[in-house]
Amino acid sequence: MAIEKTYAEINEKIRSGKAVVLTAEEVISLVEEKGVSEAARQVDVVTTGTFSPMCSSGVFLNFGHSKPRIRMTKAWLNGIPAYTGIAAVDVYLGATELPEDDPCNSNYPGEFRYGGGHVIQDLLEGKSIKLEALSYGTDCYPRRELETYITLDEINEATLFNPRNAYQNYNCAVNLSGKTIYTYMGMLKPNLGNAHYCSAGQLSPLLNDPYFLTIGIGTRIFLGGGIGYVAWHGTQHFPGIQTDAEKNSYGPAGGTLAVIGDLKQMKPEWLVGTSYLGYGATLTVGIGIPIPILNEDVMSCVSITDRDLYAPVVDYSEAYSQRIPGNLGYVSYAELKTGKITINGKEIPTAPLSSYPKAREIAGELKNWILRGDFLLSEPARLLPSYQDQITAKTLDIKGV
Amino acid sequence: MAAKKIILHFGKDISDKPIIYHLAKDYELVFNIIKANVNPNKEGTVVLELTGEQYAKGLEFLESEGVRVQPLAEQLSRNELKCTSCGACTDICPTGALYLDRPSMEVRFDSDSCVLCQICVKVCPVKAMEVKF
Repeated sequence: MAIEKTYAEINEKIRSGKAVVLTAEEVISLVEEKGVSEAARQVDVVTTGTFSPMCSSGVFLNFGHSKPRIRMTKAWLNGIPAYTGIAAVDVYLGATELPEDDPCNSNYPGEFRYGGGHVIQDLLEGKSIKLEALSYGTDCYPRRELETYITLDEINEATLFNPRNAYQNYNCAVNLSGKTIYTYMGMLKPNLGNAHYCSAGQLSPLLNDPYFLTIGIGTRIFLGGGIGYVAWHGTQHFPGIQTDAEKNSYGPAGGTLAVIGDLKQMKPEWLVGTSYLGYGATLTVGIGIPIPILNEDVMSCVSITDRDLYAPVVDYSEAYSQRIPGNLGYVSYAELKTGKITINGKEIPTAPLSSYPKAREIAGELKNWILRGDFLLSEPARLLPSYQDQITAKTLDIKGV
Repeated sequence: MAAKKIILHFGKDISDKPIIYHLAKDYELVFNIIKANVNPNKEGTVVLELTGEQYAKGLEFLESEGVRVQPLAEQLSRNELKCTSCGACTDICPTGALYLDRPSMEVRFDSDSCVLCQICVKVCPVKAMEVKF
């Protein structure tokens, strides 16, 4: 008889301490040994994790009102500009924002030592952050300038809202040109000198729910060391199945998540300010998502291994930047993790940008929360668009010139 | 005896002296210059791999000439609290001093293999590689 479980049944097991929870890594050997049906019968929840740079991240802050009041027109936190086009003392600080006097790439390759992501990490570490603001002054908000120091505890709200996180899969980046290039995929040596990839593979949240059978709006998740929620599908959410010219399938890719949570209960070790030489600043984000084993289909999805998952190999010297379609082939995460792959007949070293040990730690931490009964699963208000919705990416045409 | 990696700090007053020549000729030490930055009338550094019977005497000579000697391993370290084991440094490091331990995929640093090129200091996304002077 087919196995069918509801969220309520699984949560009842969690409450009573009887739920069986495994990480996405641990469940692989169980399925290999017992098969999908038996594993689906035995296991209630599988936890996933990822810890990677996620540029589309940031935080809404409300500072509270000064005396006299100010309606902030411009604001800076430790010299990093924050977006003020919202209510008087609310701002949005983006992870990739840089100081206005940053030399950027004028001294190529630029170092980008401090940006919005670093401010977020400093806030979490309890550091005092310099807040500067300017205004044109109004009858109700007469103050025209402000300079003070804030800490995370002293302000009203700090809401992490990341419009695009947890990419389902990602490119494996290489460089076909004759010179070193500096990208958001790290430093790529000339003439296929190395290859960088960025996914937790078999531990990655959206690779374990490739068809969005369980993850949706309202899914409760591990976010930055605290509890967060899936708010929506992320920007550039293009869930699809990768195929080559011969129509061979290389599995799912392209889904993304928008996530939200209270920064005040997060931890600095899971939201880390990050810099890429010659590229810019960002934030490395830790995300873990529980997958309820509702039926055998879900169990089949979470039992995938690095051998079954593939990244497209993309040239970042020209194809990526010039938006030239196609790739140099697909490589499995199992191959990538050995430390070398063969591309165009050349064996080249590989390195990740996504921390597999931290992904494992997140999946383990989330498992512990569930086993302790501290974390119940939430049934999504609506599932996210999947490959069946056939969403395609739009491009930006250059008009009027 | 095994070759030792050391870093020599030259003051600008001695940058024009043939110090390495004397190490080889007078003390019969075998040297391999890993990295050198010595310019006329400027402070400079030389990273050397050095071996020979009279190693200790050679070091005494260096110090008598005003050269400050430090073991190379003390120069660069990995801040294990900051390092997230992302791995971005591991295929950039030219000597394999930074590498991934498999299957754990944790980043390790073997300071004996480090030649102080300092590329890792620049490429580390979380600035976990630290130079001490």
